[in-house]
Amino acid sequence: MLIQLKNITKEYDNSGMAVTKVLRGVSLNVEEGEFLAIMGPSGSGKSTLMHIIGFLDRATDGTYLFAGEDIKNFNDNELALIRNEKIGFVFQSFNLLARTTVLDNVILPLTYSKKKNHIELATEALKAVGLENRLNFLSNQISGGQKQRVAIARALVCDPKVIFADEPTGNLDSKSGATVMNILDRLHSEGRTVILVTHDRFVAEHAHRIITIKDGMIISDEENLNQRKSEIMEEDY
Amino acid sequence: MLHFLKNIKIEINNLLSRKARSFLTVLGIVIGVAGVIIIISLGAGAQELVLGQITKLGTNIIGIIPGKTNENGPPAMVFGIQIKTLVMDDVNTLRNKDRVPHIEEISPFVSGNVTVVSGKESIDTKFTAVEGSYPKIQTVDIESGTFFTEEEGRSGANVIVLGYDVRELLFPNGGELGSVVKLQSSGDNKTSVPFRVIGVQKKMGTVAFQNQDDQVFIPFIVGQRQILGINHIQFIRIKVDDPSNIKTTITDVEQILRENHRITNPENDDFSVEDLADAIKILTNITDGLRMFLGLMAGISLVVGGIGIMNIMLVTVSERTREIGLRKALGATSHQIRNQFLIEAIVLTGIGGIIGIIVGILISYLISIGAQYAGYDWTFIISPMAIILAVFVSSLTGIIFGLFPALKAAKLNPIEALRYE
Repeated sequence: MLIQLKNITKEYDNSGMAVTKVLRGVSLNVEEGEFLAIMGPSGSGKSTLMHIIGFLDRATDGTYLFAGEDIKNFNDNELALIRNEKIGFVFQSFNLLARTTVLDNVILPLTYSKKKNHIELATEALKAVGLENRLNFLSNQISGGQKQRVAIARALVCDPKVIFADEPTGNLDSKSGATVMNILDRLHSEGRTVILVTHDRFVAEHAHRIITIKDGMIISDEENLNQRKSEIMEEDY
Repeated sequence: MLHFLKNIKIEINNLLSRKARSFLTVLGIVIGVAGVIIIISLGAGAQELVLGQITKLGTNIIGIIPGKTNENGPPAMVFGIQIKTLVMDDVNTLRNKDRVPHIEEISPFVSGNVTVVSGKESIDTKFTAVEGSYPKIQTVDIESGTFFTEEEGRSGANVIVLGYDVRELLFPNGGELGSVVKLQSSGDNKTSVPFRVIGVQKKMGTVAFQNQDDQVFIPFIVGQRQILGINHIQFIRIKVDDPSNIKTTITDVEQILRENHRITNPENDDFSVEDLADAIKILTNITDGLRMFLGLMAGISLVVGGIGIMNIMLVTVSERTREIGLRKALGATSHQIRNQFLIEAIVLTGIGGIIGIIVGILISYLISIGAQYAGYDWTFIISPMAIILAVFVSSLTGIIFGLFPALKAAKLNPIEALRYE
């Protein structure tokens, strides 16, 4: 079992005035190699849940075992190492470094790793998302769809076990969105665990398993037997 | 170490990707550092200029002027009122080595305005009447000819030494040595006295705020009797053999003059004895005030530079906080974030500091060249303390305002930093 959540809660203390409960006891198991979509309306807590699973945030209470180990036992530096080596993030708003080349954006996680051959690895990752001819473009000179593919390359470059994608198509037109989903499909078929957060049923149907979250609790957890496949649009590569 | 170098390389790439921000930060530091260096250099140069005027007279010099200087101010003579209490008898008594052993040379002075006439040319200038011992008291550089001897001075020979500018105007084509010029007193006494030119002074510039080139020297007795027609002395200058004997000599001189003038109570002194140390002390007080004022301005320039740096750092804090969040999400530890921002601050302040030092020194140097060109005896002075202080303060501002928000951001959860507005 790769990820085991037991009764995870998350509360925000609004300067002592009121406590907002975002997650109210979430339990969830994710096997290695799964393609999981977390769905729910805005404010349901789906992003918070993903941030906790992805080590960007800590739960207020509950147990989180990652590959069998309780993450309470990890200090901040160990969590940073896990974020660097074991997981990759794709954000809705891309979060590329501005005025920096595509290549340097992808190299960024490598500078925090022990890996060598940064340029080769980054070029390889950009090839995997079809941007090998955009290496020296600045991040603000490329389209939104290309930006998200750079972000995916950046998530891939350290060869992580799990890819987290938070509304990866949220800021994209449907064509670019389809290309991004196609890449995520492929990453899953290559054996990676993909966890996707979306409010869009159409996007979620790419996953093999869809959980729905509402008011901080899981209200459904179902297998998706008819995965949607994007039509591969070669001209986009 | 290799890792550290790699960090620096990454950081320089980062800085280059934010050219405007880096440039403005560096500019803030350059302004602060260069401003301080220039202002401190100006202050030191001005002080040196003022003190140099006095020390050029020589440091072992004692002056005696008629009238009493006290806490109520300088003697009336300063305001042009004639006081006739010093006479030649006083000078002769002071020449007694048994009574004032440390006097090396002594010369009485009188001076006034005259018109020097040579043929059809004439010039209004100042004459200084001294004894032949004058060059031993105060440096006189002779360009051609000689200064008059002590015999010529005492016997009242009608010989004259011209200042550089006087010679230039009266004898533009040379041939002055041996020529006869006439001195006409500008006072009531309209006598016209002929003098033979025996020497010309080199260009000296100003000493003690007097233009040394716009004057002529004649023997004391001639100036006193024939030109001014007076019996008293306007000023006595004494050279003491060693600086350590100045105070004793002042006491000796005061005693002798009191005896000569039959004064029992020092309150009733009709003369003042001053050494240059007093003058230097007074001027140093004034120029120190000037330097403090300039130092304050330098401080303001540092604050301005600092505020510039602070503003740029604070304006970019939200962008940088999101960047820190992203870096943490991608696996950076707080430690690595801190190093990154520390290196960034060091690189920026280092570059700014170096450019600031170069610009500051360069501008100070240009100012000194300009001042020298304008005829001032300006010394180019750079204070290492000013450089250290300026670089230290600017760097500190850069590091505090660059590093502090970054350290705060590095402590946040990655997601909090990423969402920072």
